[in-house]
Amino acid sequence: MSQARVPAPLLALAAGGLLLFLLPIAGLVIRAPWDQVGSQLVAPETATALGLSLFCSLTATALALVLGVPLAMVLARTSGLLRSTLRALTTLPMVLPPVVGGVALLIAFGRRGLVGSPLHQAFGVQIPFSTAAAVMAETFVAMPFLVIAVEGGLRGLDRRYAEAARALGAGSWKVFAQVTVPLVRPAIFSGAVLCWARALGEFGATITFAGNLPGRTQTVPLAVYVALETRPDGAIALSLVLLAVSLAILIAMRDRWLGAP
Amino acid sequence: MSLHASIKTWRDRFALDVDMTVFAGETVAVLGPNGAGKTTLLRALAGLIPIQGHVELDGEVFDDSRGGRHVPTEQRRVGLVFQDHVLFPHMTVLQNVAFGLGRDSTHIAMAWLNRAGLSDKAHSMPRELSGGQAQRVALLRTMATEPRLLLLDEPLSALDVTIRAEVRRELSRQLAGFTGIRVLVTHDPLEAMALADRLVVLEDGRIVQSGTPADVTARPRSRFVADLAGVNLLRGHARGDHIELEGGATIAAPDAGSGDVFAVIHPRAVALYLDQPKGTPRNVWRGRADDIDLEGDRVRVRLSGPVPMVAEVTPSAVRELRLDAEPDVWVAVKATEISVYPA
Repeated sequence: MSQARVPAPLLALAAGGLLLFLLPIAGLVIRAPWDQVGSQLVAPETATALGLSLFCSLTATALALVLGVPLAMVLARTSGLLRSTLRALTTLPMVLPPVVGGVALLIAFGRRGLVGSPLHQAFGVQIPFSTAAAVMAETFVAMPFLVIAVEGGLRGLDRRYAEAARALGAGSWKVFAQVTVPLVRPAIFSGAVLCWARALGEFGATITFAGNLPGRTQTVPLAVYVALETRPDGAIALSLVLLAVSLAILIAMRDRWLGAP
Repeated sequence: MSLHASIKTWRDRFALDVDMTVFAGETVAVLGPNGAGKTTLLRALAGLIPIQGHVELDGEVFDDSRGGRHVPTEQRRVGLVFQDHVLFPHMTVLQNVAFGLGRDSTHIAMAWLNRAGLSDKAHSMPRELSGGQAQRVALLRTMATEPRLLLLDEPLSALDVTIRAEVRRELSRQLAGFTGIRVLVTHDPLEAMALADRLVVLEDGRIVQSGTPADVTARPRSRFVADLAGVNLLRGHARGDHIELEGGATIAAPDAGSGDVFAVIHPRAVALYLDQPKGTPRNVWRGRADDIDLEGDRVRVRLSGPVPMVAEVTPSAVRELRLDAEPDVWVAVKATEISVYPA
């Protein structure tokens, strides 16, 4: 059994496409000051950015789990127009330019914002340009990845498991906790990993809504951008860290992209 | 103790409209062709789909669309057994059986497994069980919750013939010790006859016949039942000593009475001849053998003609009639062999 051969011109174009991906990465790896990577990473500015990135992305993922799994459940129960509408709304941040997301967040939660203004007046709380804002920006951009994955898992689930559980006397909460969640755990896991990876790489919404304050809102992507001006070696070292993380996730996930494995 | 159900429900273009009463200790088999609405009926009784109408078990109202009452499935204490076991794949056998139990669930579940001789599988995962074992565990999981109403959805049909007997034994044993109400859905007449006290035949969302298995097969009221009883079913209008059939033909039948009737003719009462038979008054017409089927030591001949029907003859008769070369034959049915009852 042999497949039809790919025509030579197509092969050449495919090679061009592959090079477009490979060359920058190769450049990064070749130009990396390997002897200094260690010392660059423990340098105060980089270490701070790394720690903050880790904290923000993990908190954003946790938030996305708490809010996104219920949202996915609701989505999985809907159909028709309501479903398309809800789906479009939840997946909007995936296609929206992150900067636009940041502007939108700023307008809603800024000091004069729709929600931000009463919040500020009532409690004196100010969200923008805080670590909380960085977490919110990352959640905003990354949560759709989790919702889509979990919804796919839920839709693929045989509804008779829940029906059997109900007939055995289980209320809706017990069905959710003991039957539904364990059965879609692979989808929740892959969704959470994708969500975390997206949160870790978040740049546009964060810099717009949270600013670029070292130690408070300057995550690794922001630090890379700033360091490129002043100390390119540090920028390359940090980029290598993000590259390694992305690669590790890709390898671990293999083909378990969007949807149930 | 009894179950009264008056159910109307719609799904796409399919409508289910059923009134039924089942008494305690009774096993009712809902029998019907695929797509008749059997599973929909079970899901309605379990409370898994919305209905119009009224469902009541022992005086407790489960559903009453006029009063806006709907008791959710988990509060009905109904046992639901599916075609394939639907054991929770992430739990051990013991955890599955214990799932529906309250306090001391592990001990009670273990006792159930012990009694069924399945205690050595307690810590296995469902995927490690054979199909028969899994369905037995599913049955135990349901019985352990002591349901008041047991709903069985084709519990044996997903199993290989070889292990079906094993599960049927377990099922019979569990059903014998069960004092509640049992409703079994099946498309397999054998399963229905073996387990049910009463048959309810469902076609196109409606009950076409109900009664004991013997009653139902003796007096079929639909093609589906006639086929599973293996008899010819004719429908027509009786006029004293003959019946005008729906197809336009007329057959003689003494004491046919009057009005719309069913007439049943056993295939063995249908005789085939090369030459036109003479003598006693019979129903005689020309027919054509469309299909010949060997069943055991008998041959079933499907005949077309003014009165299409199936005849059952011996293999030697087929040879003498040279049916394969000369399919046109004389068909004769003695009038006294026709049983007639009101439609």
